Amino acid sequence: MVIPTKSIVALVALAACAFAAHAAAIGYEGARHLLNRTGFGATDAEVAQFAPLDRDTAVDRLLGAARTEPVHKPPAFVDDDFTPFPKLRALSADDRKAYQRRRTEEAFELRGWWLREMLDTPSPLSERMTLFWHNHFATSEQKVRSPQLMYRQNVLLRSEALGNFGTLLHAIGKDPAMLVWLDNAGNRRKAPNENFAREVMELFTLGEGHYGETDVKEAARAFTGWSLDRDNGTYRFRPAFHDFGEKSVLGRSGRLDGDDVIDVLLARPETAQFVVAKLWREFVSPDPQPAQVARWAALLRDSRYEVKPLLRAMLTSDAFWSPSNRASLVKSPVVLVVGTLRTFDIRPFDLRPAVLACAALGQNLLTPPNVKGWPGGDAWITSATLLARKQWIDRVFRGAEPAMLMVSTDSPQPSAPGATPGEQRLARMLERGMSDYAFDPSRLPRDPTRLRTLALATAPVNSTEGLEGAELVRALVSDPAYQLQ
Amino acid sequence: MTFDRRTFLKAASLTALAATARIAFAAEPRRKLLVLVELKGGNDGLNTVIPYADRQYAALRPRLAIARDQVVQLSPDTGLHPALAPLKALWDRKELAVVQGVGYPQPNLSHFRSIEIWDTASRSDEYLEQGWLARAFALSPSPADFAADGVVVGPNAMGPLSGKGARAIALSNPEQFLRNARLAHDEGDTSNAALAHILRVEHDVTLSAQRLRAGRTFAAEFPRTAFGNSASTAAQLAANEAGIAVVRVSLGSFDTHANQLGTHANLLKQLAEGVAALRAALVEVGR
Repeated sequence: MVIPTKSIVALVALAACAFAAHAAAIGYEGARHLLNRTGFGATDAEVAQFAPLDRDTAVDRLLGAARTEPVHKPPAFVDDDFTPFPKLRALSADDRKAYQRRRTEEAFELRGWWLREMLDTPSPLSERMTLFWHNHFATSEQKVRSPQLMYRQNVLLRSEALGNFGTLLHAIGKDPAMLVWLDNAGNRRKAPNENFAREVMELFTLGEGHYGETDVKEAARAFTGWSLDRDNGTYRFRPAFHDFGEKSVLGRSGRLDGDDVIDVLLARPETAQFVVAKLWREFVSPDPQPAQVARWAALLRDSRYEVKPLLRAMLTSDAFWSPSNRASLVKSPVVLVVGTLRTFDIRPFDLRPAVLACAALGQNLLTPPNVKGWPGGDAWITSATLLARKQWIDRVFRGAEPAMLMVSTDSPQPSAPGATPGEQRLARMLERGMSDYAFDPSRLPRDPTRLRTLALATAPVNSTEGLEGAELVRALVSDPAYQLQ
Repeated sequence: MTFDRRTFLKAASLTALAATARIAFAAEPRRKLLVLVELKGGNDGLNTVIPYADRQYAALRPRLAIARDQVVQLSPDTGLHPALAPLKALWDRKELAVVQGVGYPQPNLSHFRSIEIWDTASRSDEYLEQGWLARAFALSPSPADFAADGVVVGPNAMGPLSGKGARAIALSNPEQFLRNARLAHDEGDTSNAALAHILRVEHDVTLSAQRLRAGRTFAAEFPRTAFGNSASTAAQLAANEAGIAVVRVSLGSFDTHANQLGTHANLLKQLAEGVAALRAALVEVGR
């Protein structure tokens, strides 16, 4: 084969270009992009620290900082003896109320603790990935009814957040909160419950359309006996409930147990593709490119489901850095709320209002709408949630002027007619804890261009011409572009 | 024909929906209004519209069957759950219809797939981005002076109104919506798809806010439940001077896993009382 000299030169030039992109400093705007996409906002100082690094170094620094444990001590109740699920009907009305109140309070504390972790962690990427897995293995406290078990699941998700997907999947099948959530705790040989078997295929691994009804039924048999010790809330295998017979799942037959089935699922190419496409929508853009997804799926399988090599490839890729993919993702409520606090260096003493804000904006942590998780993307924004976002932002950045705060009668959320007493209480609580949600404009960059780049992933829709200081900040965070990352 | 439980429940839950939609259509003095009531989760259809005369019903539901003498009879073989008694008057006036056996061919039993099909009215082998109402309004928009094509009550997903095509907003109550609408601005243009979505929402908010009035009160009394509040909001929207073509409210969750009988009865009671109050309010404002 004869290759004309010209095209060789062109190829070399192309390779050099790609190399140059990797070797060049990512700059302030690039650092801003990387830190916002992989974390929860970023301060001017953090962005400035990453700006001189090249792509590979910057991404390796993020991956190298990954954590498997939280920095903050969890709420005290997690170390208490496990509270067995009470037989609610056997309780007196007062005891039932007291139990529910305590449960609500503990779940609230747990959400606050997690938000604090997101706010303070030296590895925001670890919390971003923990949140990603929380959405992937979406489990709700509403059904699990045990903040202690929700905490243990959160610990599990973090321990493998940037670890190994296969390990995580095996562990999640035996995770007590999951056992309750998808009913596997009651999955018995004589009365198989298909809930977990179905969702593990549809939502955790293969995706819809890549398995048949028989596979679900057979897999459900394999998961029989994966149960719960209801006294201490730990996983327990109950041989008496397990179906030891022959099963056949996706072409593999034998006396399969739950772990065998999970291995069958991990051996399917669709699993890696499903997870990679979801990570693409989390980190790159709303539209996964099939060819690139296939390459990264192969990488994930080749690395035996290690998450870090995949994230390294994704975060250093041209797709991730492409200008056309900047500002293409809608911030989730948690990313918006925590990201706002981080970016503007607001460190409130009380995170309850932030917990409530996330819930009001449509993402109540530990309470996803269903096992499919939060739909995300454009669906985060409806007129109701967009106005709630604007209202919260307005409230936080109005807080910069204590004088105005004092005369403010325009309290947020429901004091409106029709609001239930619960809603009114919530509104009062939200307002009460907000007094220290104030930002200090003097700690932000003075240069308007730099401030704009720090706050927004793309040019503002509304002109900020001539504005500076606190006024400019308010204009930037009120801009529709602030909803994007 | 065989049914698995999920598909059956899903299909059965549609019956109640169709019923309430029909109510809204029935009273139709000046222009059409469609009120959709979505029961979220998998409703127990057999205990909603009960085939009480079928021997199998009681035989196969030793613990869950509703006693025959408690069923609100609609016909010699079908009746309503006792908690739905407030709807009986509507049935007698021929303002209530029941459509049974709704589903899709060769269901793959995914709950989420069912909801997608339900929201988009797609064929079972078809995946659509746009909700069925969004498509309908894209083809046939409401008059320009309408406040909106559709309003979703509550912070829920836009469902059949999602995607481009409809001028649609979501709100929990009109007062709060109007108070906050000042934070939205109606300007700007972009080639960024996500930003375009946000700007479209801002545009819809601004336009609707100009044409919505809040604070309408009714002689009809609404139950003091979350669904009662939604029904009250729906009535306010129906009474709004500038038109609104579709209002969607929802009630949930029908994914009852424990204490089925009591929880289900309570949900159906909320539904029936809320719908009855909504009907009274609609009559009151001449809809």
